[in-house]
Amino acid sequence: MAIAEETKAELAEIAARYPRARSGIVPMLHLVQSVEGYVSQEGMQAVAGVLDLTVAEVAAVATFYTMFKMRPVGEHHVAVCVNPQCGILGGDRIWEVLSDELGVGNGGTTDDGKVTLERIECQAACTNAPVMTADWEFLDNMTVERARDIVSRLRAGDPVQSTRGPLIRSFKATARSLSGIEDDGLADQGGNNATDEMLAGLRVAQARGMVSPDGRSSNRSDSESGRVK
Amino acid sequence: MTMTTPLTPVLTAHWDEPDSYTLDGYQRHGGYTSLSQAFALGPGPVIDLIKESGLRGRGGAGFPTGMKWSFVPQGDGKPHYLVVNGDESEPGACKDIPLMLANPHALIEGMIIASFAIRANHAFVYIRGEVPHVIRRMRAAVKQAHDAGYLGRDILGSGFDLDIVVTCGAGAYICGEETALLSSLEGFRGHPRLKPPFPAVAGLYSCPTVVNNVETISSVPYIVRNGASWYNFFGTVKSPGIKLFAVSGHVNNPGIFEAPLGITMRELLDYAGGIRDGHELKFWLPGGSSVPVLTPEHLDVPMTYEDMVAAGTMLGTATAMVFDETVSVVRAIAGWLAFYKHESCGKCTPCREGTWWMHQLAQDFVAGKATEEDLTKLEDICSNILGRSFCALGDAAATPYPGALKYFRGEFEQGTHTPAAGLFDEQASIVFEEVRAK
Repeated sequence: MAIAEETKAELAEIAARYPRARSGIVPMLHLVQSVEGYVSQEGMQAVAGVLDLTVAEVAAVATFYTMFKMRPVGEHHVAVCVNPQCGILGGDRIWEVLSDELGVGNGGTTDDGKVTLERIECQAACTNAPVMTADWEFLDNMTVERARDIVSRLRAGDPVQSTRGPLIRSFKATARSLSGIEDDGLADQGGNNATDEMLAGLRVAQARGMVSPDGRSSNRSDSESGRVK
Repeated sequence: MTMTTPLTPVLTAHWDEPDSYTLDGYQRHGGYTSLSQAFALGPGPVIDLIKESGLRGRGGAGFPTGMKWSFVPQGDGKPHYLVVNGDESEPGACKDIPLMLANPHALIEGMIIASFAIRANHAFVYIRGEVPHVIRRMRAAVKQAHDAGYLGRDILGSGFDLDIVVTCGAGAYICGEETALLSSLEGFRGHPRLKPPFPAVAGLYSCPTVVNNVETISSVPYIVRNGASWYNFFGTVKSPGIKLFAVSGHVNNPGIFEAPLGITMRELLDYAGGIRDGHELKFWLPGGSSVPVLTPEHLDVPMTYEDMVAAGTMLGTATAMVFDETVSVVRAIAGWLAFYKHESCGKCTPCREGTWWMHQLAQDFVAGKATEEDLTKLEDICSNILGRSFCALGDAAATPYPGALKYFRGEFEQGTHTPAAGLFDEQASIVFEEVRAK
């Protein structure tokens, strides 16, 4: 698939947002990936054309970052965190089950082209371990059963809701969102996305009568404090 | 009886309000009122205020924030830049991502003040690419702030201009290292650079640049609003202030806990509902996989930068990972070594080659196929990486094994004859019932 003139115009628009155009290369590669489901040779040529770089220079950048795929990704990208915290709490088991049942290894895509499976490192959601992502949207507090259900829904085209984000769309749609070329209208999904884990400390503080010390925001207490000097 | 340290929700104070992430939700509790205070003070006095507050970098290194700002030369005629490091990728770290989701405007307000102080008219938030919802949340918040007149030209009639660009990475732990982040932001492979020159002198596009962590900058508006002495009233003399702590792993109620520095892990464990029922604490890491492990005997060490170093570890990101007696230390360490191998950028030979050797040996320990000699060989490799790479990733990779060996040598010795899976039931470590029941 060729990169359309419209896409090239969008690439130029991203580059123009930075004091120096080359700074836009990562979002631009996300945009290229959103068109073809991976970073193709033509995609890199298009980026090189806009930035006045060689294709080799663009390829050097594209191949450095693990989110940029050099081969086509399935309609959905499903990732399982296997970094020790998630892995030990159950992520390793989830990975084994999904990999077995889908019959694909790390980076493999199911025969129907629906799901590409990947082992990933820490997703910055350790309090919600084990963690997965679908098209990079959060799927917190996973279990084997939930993981199985999510994958079968994605393959069947049924809706899957991110635990801290929107309904899962597609790998390409996420790549377009990441490029920032336009507002995808999903920023409000899930309110402030405060999980029980994010609220754990606040709830303890409220239950035990510990007041917020921020003077403007609530009843500041001058006598109570965390003073440990 | 010693008094327990109370929690002090500031950044997290309104996360129970579903609109805490919106402009309205933020302004309801005093949001953006610190701007006029900062503009009235002027850049120099704002830096002095932050210095006086004692705020230290919350990304892990703990460098004094006000001092970092003061290193930016003034009147040099070059553009200055503020770059916020939102690349949170350290295993165990899970504070900046929730903070940007639930309270993005605190970061923006802090960025306006910081940029004003260092005289930057262009600021960036660099967020790891794997969190699209956080990126769209930040972008939407920047737009809201712009529409409300807090960004753009002549902010609140101060004559100060600022534009913020929210940009993203694409999967590279190394880009959390400040010079690698700058390389990435300039559009190159995320390779670290030798320091000096430090970013304050030659950062983005070789111009003076301040790189600060998300939590650091988000704390700034509260300090400006309430005063330096309000902030440094909390914590200890050398580690003043309030910090986002997290507890993850084998506890009953894992989560985020905002508290003064100096709180102990025993107190945090209590707030997190204790070790999961029927189990006991085996080892814990105070702030990421790049800091040496601690044991139950360290539960009463104050969580400050200095006390953690004295205990042989580091505070790091203050996001603790907790493991109970079902977990093989060897397996956990091998997992982190696999991570560093995966994430080494390849620039420096000791890190590029050493992380592969370490992982290979670690796998032998997990499989029960290591030799006695491997115990020292692994240590040798670590000492050959430590201090011999451009950036801290090499040092971090060399950290987990020697730290764990200190307290769990016996377990590594067992790795010379018995697989970890034969010593520990991996199923018992899993936190969801459905698998354990099988």
